[in-house]
Amino acid sequence: MVRMIRSFPRRMIGQPFRRTRWNTRGATSECRIVEGSPGCDALRLSEIVIQPVAIRALQAGLETAKSTSMILDLANPTRFMSFSGRLLPWLIGASVVLLGIGLAMVWFVAPADYQQGETVKIMYLHVPAAWLSLFFYVTMAASALGTLVWRHPLADVSQKAAAPIGAAFTLICLVTGSLWGKPMWGTYWQWDARLTSMLVMFLIYAGILALWRAIEEPNRAARAVSILTLVGAVNVPIVKFSVDWWNTLHQPASVFRLGGPTIHSSMLVPLLVMAVAFTLIGVSLHLSGMRTEILRRRVRTLTILEAERLDAQAA
Amino acid sequence: MTHGFFIVTSYAVTALVVAGLILRAVIDHRIQTRALAELEARGVGRRSRRG
Repeated sequence: MVRMIRSFPRRMIGQPFRRTRWNTRGATSECRIVEGSPGCDALRLSEIVIQPVAIRALQAGLETAKSTSMILDLANPTRFMSFSGRLLPWLIGASVVLLGIGLAMVWFVAPADYQQGETVKIMYLHVPAAWLSLFFYVTMAASALGTLVWRHPLADVSQKAAAPIGAAFTLICLVTGSLWGKPMWGTYWQWDARLTSMLVMFLIYAGILALWRAIEEPNRAARAVSILTLVGAVNVPIVKFSVDWWNTLHQPASVFRLGGPTIHSSMLVPLLVMAVAFTLIGVSLHLSGMRTEILRRRVRTLTILEAERLDAQAA
Repeated sequence: MTHGFFIVTSYAVTALVVAGLILRAVIDHRIQTRALAELEARGVGRRSRRG
């Protein structure tokens, strides 16, 4: 009976084990790692109840698992830490370089808008922040599916790390939008469909962050947050299409639209450079946050183990 | 109030929020790394490592 994806070092083959940090979904099971399973240290095995049928099923599953081992490799927190540790400096370097180029283009190359004048410079922050707000929500929704459906070991971690970043970019979007709105529309705020749905998205992010803090046990928290995240995902298409579905003060889409962008290339190129720079910053922060969350969970596990050992000694 | 105020405030707020995210990430990572090192120094190991 397959219960939970798990990786094992080769030396544990044949050893019985009980649930550990990355295997805490169900009740403790008496399990044994299958002897002779190919590449036990490279492939994820599943927690099994010791029954011949289950072992055969597991071995058959391992053949399938070989083809997806590349993806599954990253499911192992240790491998993820190693992979992300190598990738992160490059991502940070690329973020800094692109942000520098983007800002130089915005301030020294991009022209003033014929109607808005220099105020159009706010667009180069507002639009990428809005895209990232949606990007991180979609990332969280995909991770929520990973938690609820596939019980991917890193899905919980990804969800938790993405929430504050998504919330921060939503806040940037709302504040810069408000600051752009005052000189252009004559008001900081309007209960317009796009603005309101974006505010709702910020409130959902805030609710998700609060729920993470409210439940101490990480796996229970992840399941609760996953449900909230998936329910809140209904707001993503509302945000995106609100400007098409309703008459709004906010302008309709001007970059990703069927007829092509309605922004001149002299403004579109800096905007896209800033968007990529923001995305790289966001992804760097997300990877970094995931690494920290893995460490936090290791600390929690070790603290519990230490407490158990002290209890046993006292008894 | 000129438009310059809105532009500068937008960039300042963005810089502040992103700097906050980066600072939070760095501090949190250091705290967890230190806590893990302390636990390992005390000889607390994972069950899987003990085999």
